[in-house]
Amino acid sequence: MGYNCVVCVKQVPDTKRITGQAMKEDGTVNRAALPAVFNPEDLNALEAALRVRDEHGGTVTVITMGLPAACEVLRDALFRGADAVVLVTDRRAAASDTLATSYILSCAAKKLHPDLIFCGRQAIDGDTAQVGPQLAEKLGFTLITYLEDLKLDGRVATARRNVGNGYEVVRARLPALFTVVESANHPRPTAVKRAMKSKKARAPVEVAKAVDTELPSATPEAKAVETKKRCAELAARGLQIMQWNLDDLQADLSWCGGAGSPTKVHRIQSIVLAGGDYKEFPPTEDGVTRLLGELIEDHTIG
Amino acid sequence: MIEVNRQGEVWIYAEQEAGKLSDVPLELLSKGRELADQLKVPLAAVLLGKNVSDLAGQLILHGADKVYLAEDPALAHYQTASYTKVVCDLIIYRKPQICLFGATPLGRDLAPTIASCMRCGLTADCTDLEIGEHTEPSTKEHLSNLLLQIRPAFGGNIIATIVNPHRWPQMATVREGVMRMSTPTPGRNGVTIRCPVNLSGLTLPVEVLESHRRPKKVNLKGARIIVAGGAGVGSRENFRQLWDLANILGGAVGGSRAAVDLGYVDHDHQIGQTGTTVRPALYIACGLSGAVQHRAGMQESAKILAINNDKDAPIFGIAHYGIVGNLNEVVPRMIKAIRSGASIEKAAQAAKA
Repeated sequence: MGYNCVVCVKQVPDTKRITGQAMKEDGTVNRAALPAVFNPEDLNALEAALRVRDEHGGTVTVITMGLPAACEVLRDALFRGADAVVLVTDRRAAASDTLATSYILSCAAKKLHPDLIFCGRQAIDGDTAQVGPQLAEKLGFTLITYLEDLKLDGRVATARRNVGNGYEVVRARLPALFTVVESANHPRPTAVKRAMKSKKARAPVEVAKAVDTELPSATPEAKAVETKKRCAELAARGLQIMQWNLDDLQADLSWCGGAGSPTKVHRIQSIVLAGGDYKEFPPTEDGVTRLLGELIEDHTIG
Repeated sequence: MIEVNRQGEVWIYAEQEAGKLSDVPLELLSKGRELADQLKVPLAAVLLGKNVSDLAGQLILHGADKVYLAEDPALAHYQTASYTKVVCDLIIYRKPQICLFGATPLGRDLAPTIASCMRCGLTADCTDLEIGEHTEPSTKEHLSNLLLQIRPAFGGNIIATIVNPHRWPQMATVREGVMRMSTPTPGRNGVTIRCPVNLSGLTLPVEVLESHRRPKKVNLKGARIIVAGGAGVGSRENFRQLWDLANILGGAVGGSRAAVDLGYVDHDHQIGQTGTTVRPALYIACGLSGAVQHRAGMQESAKILAINNDKDAPIFGIAHYGIVGNLNEVVPRMIKAIRSGASIEKAAQAAKA
């Protein structure tokens, strides 16, 4: 039979690789200096979906919501084996919190009629782990968090969940949404053959930008015609990244972007590491003894 | 969502497993008590399960004024759908202003689902909560007595304070181990209110076939002293010295994610964003660079001693005491000094003088 799988992914700044270059002089993080990467657990989600397809047939469609630059992770998904990819991009979606994001993703997912949806447990920039559960709620899908292992038999899924201090095995009927943890699998690397084929895949917004650069003096109409032509060529070669805006999704704008987000940022403070503020002791016997003496004196030890 | 209800109660979700409360609800009760007192409203605990009524008294002793108790055979095992339905029904009926959950695997499954259902805001994994004022930048609308939801973001490199001005209840999950546990007050009074459970029309979509829980082998949260090691320790053998130091100090052993990944110490000992959050009286960080993810789990320690041969390691930025040197020399010296005792006594006297 085969399953229609949808995977939701996010392009994130690589917060795990904060090096000297990414620190500003005042000790705060220069976000622009951080490379953008495929959110790690979303790779595990993609792998889980690809395994379902490899075993049972069907398709894997990857969705991301973000700026046009997020096409990078969509191409990466194609290199790893995704059948189709979708960019949801719209200025009106900016400043969406998890509730608005899950609403917009639910509109996109509905267009794809999935049997199974896979999300990474959480993204490394926000670490909220909320979009997966909220997307399941919006779609009325059964939620299975912290997926480690999945078996499918017809419309019934048997899943092992990592619940932190142990695991449980649950059975649920499809459609279902799974949030996938790092320990679930080892994501397959990009396949060279697929990369050769898919590296030219572009979203319309990228094509338009290229046309803009290559034909700077053309009229807007001529640019539009050229963009349309190139998109059609890409589509004919199976190299089009689908692109949807909020109108395509028929989304209710009052639930999108800042207007659709109940949470507001009150304040942001950068963590500044003040160095050298500690009391230093030499690594000698005498230094160690004096340090311990001080800790005993203030009743920290002893 | 529910309308803004300034008289609304402060709620905490009382997570239980197999009829036992974990530490998390007791941590939430202490913070919830502060918030409720500031707002001059009652503090209530929401308790769901099967045959869990005897936990209500414990919640009251730990600070709850009320316990909303929902018992039903269908609630015997946690399920997203049934638990969401029961809590949402309660929220709609009672209109609390604040709902707090532990940022546990269960809390991070339940809370977002409830927030989505209620179409209200939710802030994940808060490390502090305060009552405060907020001015909307766009409308200049000024609001007081809002819940300020404070959390690290961006891999721990920024601290964001989030508010939820209009679409209530104000919901947050709270990181485990960050809030102090409340202590029971003998003879404290409160009321337990039995709540109707209406799950008709809801077929439970999930069937639990197996459930395996294992108790953690180590109690890091309860330790007064923690000796922790990072990748710089170098080997599992070198890590032995950290065990020796911890034993002699009556402390516990922790490790950074790097140390766990390298196999120096078991996962149960992991401290940091993806491990346990601790706040001991003394944290001895050995060969630990102090990545943000690690600092997130230990920076509330009362005293931090860093031992590292890299004087530029970020751990020194939050340390109170530092030794720049080879931990494989320093740690044995510490063990030796503690064993001998006498010279430390002298040093302690000297420190006093």
